[in-house]
Amino acid sequence: MTTPVKQKVISRKTTDLDTDYKWGFVTDIKSDLAPKGLNEDIIRLIVDKKNEPEWMLEWRLRAYRHWMKLNYEEPKWAKIHHPPIDFQDIYYYASPVKEKRPGSLDEVDPELVEAFNKLGIPIEEQKKLSGVAVDAIFDSVSIATTYKKTLEELGIIFCSVSEAVQKHPELIKKYLGSVVPYTDNFYASLNAAVFSDGTFAYIPPGVRCPLELMTYFRMNTEGTGQFERTLIIADEGSYVSYLEGCTAPMRKSNQLHAAVVELIALDNAEIKYSTLQNWYPGDKEGKGGVFNFVTKRGKAAGVNSKISWTQVETGSAITWKYPSVILQGDNSVGEFYSVALVNNYQQADTGTKMIHIGKNTKSTIVAKGISAGHGQNTYRGLVKIMPSATNARNFTRCDSLLIGDKCGAHTVPYIEVRNPTAQMEHEATTSKVSDDQLFYCMQRGISEEDAQHMIINGFCRGIFKELPFEFAMEASQLLKVSLEGAVG
Amino acid sequence: MPHALATPDSYLTDFRTFETSLPDEGPDWIREVRQQALARFRELGFPTARRGNEKWKYTNVRPIADATFSYPFDAGAEVNLADIRSVAPWDDGWATVVFVNGRYSPALSTVVALDGVRVTNLEEAVRADGDVIERHLARHATFEDDGFTALNTAFLRDGAFVHVSEGESLQSPLHLIFVTAEGAEPGVSYPRTLIVAGARSELTVIESYVSLSSSRYLTDAVTEIVIGDGAQVDHYKLLLESEGAFHVATSRVYQSEDSVFTSTSYARGAAIARNDIRVLLDAPGSSCTLNGLYLTSGSQHIDNYINIEHAKPHGTSRLFYKGILDGESKAVFGGTVLVQPGADKTDAYQEDKNLLLSEKAEVASKPSLEIYADDVKCGHGATAGTIAEDAIFYMRSRGLDVETATAFLIEGFASGILDKVRVQPLRAFLEKLTAKALRGSRFGQAS
Repeated sequence: MTTPVKQKVISRKTTDLDTDYKWGFVTDIKSDLAPKGLNEDIIRLIVDKKNEPEWMLEWRLRAYRHWMKLNYEEPKWAKIHHPPIDFQDIYYYASPVKEKRPGSLDEVDPELVEAFNKLGIPIEEQKKLSGVAVDAIFDSVSIATTYKKTLEELGIIFCSVSEAVQKHPELIKKYLGSVVPYTDNFYASLNAAVFSDGTFAYIPPGVRCPLELMTYFRMNTEGTGQFERTLIIADEGSYVSYLEGCTAPMRKSNQLHAAVVELIALDNAEIKYSTLQNWYPGDKEGKGGVFNFVTKRGKAAGVNSKISWTQVETGSAITWKYPSVILQGDNSVGEFYSVALVNNYQQADTGTKMIHIGKNTKSTIVAKGISAGHGQNTYRGLVKIMPSATNARNFTRCDSLLIGDKCGAHTVPYIEVRNPTAQMEHEATTSKVSDDQLFYCMQRGISEEDAQHMIINGFCRGIFKELPFEFAMEASQLLKVSLEGAVG
Repeated sequence: MPHALATPDSYLTDFRTFETSLPDEGPDWIREVRQQALARFRELGFPTARRGNEKWKYTNVRPIADATFSYPFDAGAEVNLADIRSVAPWDDGWATVVFVNGRYSPALSTVVALDGVRVTNLEEAVRADGDVIERHLARHATFEDDGFTALNTAFLRDGAFVHVSEGESLQSPLHLIFVTAEGAEPGVSYPRTLIVAGARSELTVIESYVSLSSSRYLTDAVTEIVIGDGAQVDHYKLLLESEGAFHVATSRVYQSEDSVFTSTSYARGAAIARNDIRVLLDAPGSSCTLNGLYLTSGSQHIDNYINIEHAKPHGTSRLFYKGILDGESKAVFGGTVLVQPGADKTDAYQEDKNLLLSEKAEVASKPSLEIYADDVKCGHGATAGTIAEDAIFYMRSRGLDVETATAFLIEGFASGILDKVRVQPLRAFLEKLTAKALRGSRFGQAS
């Protein structure tokens, strides 16, 4: 079990009525920027800066050459629109200036510590969050990791990917790219070529990770692309719960975020992955904001393994993301719980893929979409039952809520069944907040706005209850803030 | 679309011969439409490349593109009514119009002489009913983005034209039979149907595609249905092509205020079949119900691609499709409900249920919702699975043997759609056909 947490973890001032994006401040810190643009030299530079071994360089170059073959043609099938991205006008490497990674927190630039304090993620030892080990990532570079000692005693490795490449090359060699190969898709190729850092976690056999592991991503420098890579391996019989949070400053221009997350669960292991995605969504006219093009995939490789994705997506100008599970081991379980909210001119095309390969595999998909303003929200999901997946079971439920007459809600499920013993059901609904429900609340003396919030919260309740407690509180607040002005 | 392949020359040579074979009279606009359609077909080709092509994601038409089919210039195939009655539903009370290999057969057709109802061959209608034809023909089934529709339009000549005037109604069903006769070489036919239902009129039409041939051929059909204010059209489509046939059909339905459209699709035959239906509810208060049953076996492939577009408020749409899949067959269902901005109070529901009877059968179902208005109630559901063991067990515990219990359950599943057929002799015909199809399936003689 995770240790009980007494304090409220993330104490942002969400109660005051200032509706603007509160995480939009810019930290004035010098960063070490590689020249704009992408070519083999930049990749060599990244490898050099990070002092990576030869095999990493080769892997990155292979990815880069594959990406170049794609001829800058991004995938077009999603229901999103954006001006073409000039991939040569992006900084592919930005890091807070520091000669070497700080050995202890005392050496971390106080500006950075302050930046994370402002975000409600204290990384100093004496203030660190109880029950949560945090890896703080600032502009793609890992700044600090808390609770390292406690974890080390259990044999858990929780560090930045850069560190893992140096210290645990055998694990990286074995698993990096094993779930999302560099040929997987446009953004995954790009990420493999240029990723600068990310989080690595390894849970040894039979260990239940006593802490929630958390990575907090912060984009700061203007014009940078953020490309991190997360790799989590749960060895036989282990358990880990992992949290991911993210914010970025307000910028007029768009920032590109193309991350890759790979999860591997071996026999009887379980990974629970929760995301609170709150990248800067752009202003009310739809200017600026983060383009969030992320590939997330887990492989439930072992028997009885389980991978569960929970995501609350309130940020980003555009979200393009499909956390998936490959159910390879017999009796493995995949879950996807999602709340995606779009307001103003935000666009989201998100969902999941459940690929059933093993026998008696089970997957559950519950997706809730909320559209307001001029937002366009699409659920896109695939459930694929392979011939080998005898007695596979899937349940899918997608609900969309529309607030206002300028927004859109779309549901595009793909269902492919190739085994007759499979049982799969898909259900979806789209509607607005019911007038009857509103009327009922209002005649009990609840204001229209509060009633709307209550109903929307109820709509998302099933997802929020999958989140760790503090995250659920935070998610509910975030939803309220994001919808400010859209309802009532 | 970039994913086209070079047009097979045979279609072009056939088109040139076809054009010269046409009578000289006839309006210029139709000649232009044909030429534009051919030009478009040459650009589009057949949709063989499927990468990034959502419309054809699960259906491979390469076997159609690779084969050569010739246009039947001699319409002299020997077919008699007894042959047709052996493969198509029949009732003496129905008016019947027969097309053999896509060509109108006056000898086999009944003459409909009713006030306010006009049923004739399109070739004749183009000459005589200029106004209505020009307003509707090839206006609803546009060929800009679809190679098959373009090809059909290029060879537009014969076809069924049905026009019911305002306030009139056709008491008994009208049966349009498109029959493919045995031929020496693989042929292609381009059946075309235009149905115009005037305001407050009522009409029941059965479109049957049947075959007397066991060889390979292509049917490339296009149907346009225009429904006036407050009119009601009950439409049935029977797909009973031969085992080696390719069938690609495009139906476009246009609905005016308070009109009601009911469609029932029964699909049994053809090696590769595609039913592309699009219903546009273009005025307030219109409603449509689309029912479908598909039974596949062997290595058949059936693709139902259905778009319902709600353009105006207070529209209602319902879609219920069911599939029973056996052998190594594959069924594809792609249903979309599109609600345009401002189409408030739309109430739409779609459902696709699949019963898999064999280990090799496959289904790909993609029901989708695209909603741009907020005051709506929309939903969809899809299921796939096999016969529930509990249900079999329950029936066996009451003394039924496995075979009977299984047959009951499958029939029960199919009856969900067949019970909605309102034309009694047709329902009886389909029930018999379904029972026969299922007797041949693995579960008909289950272990």
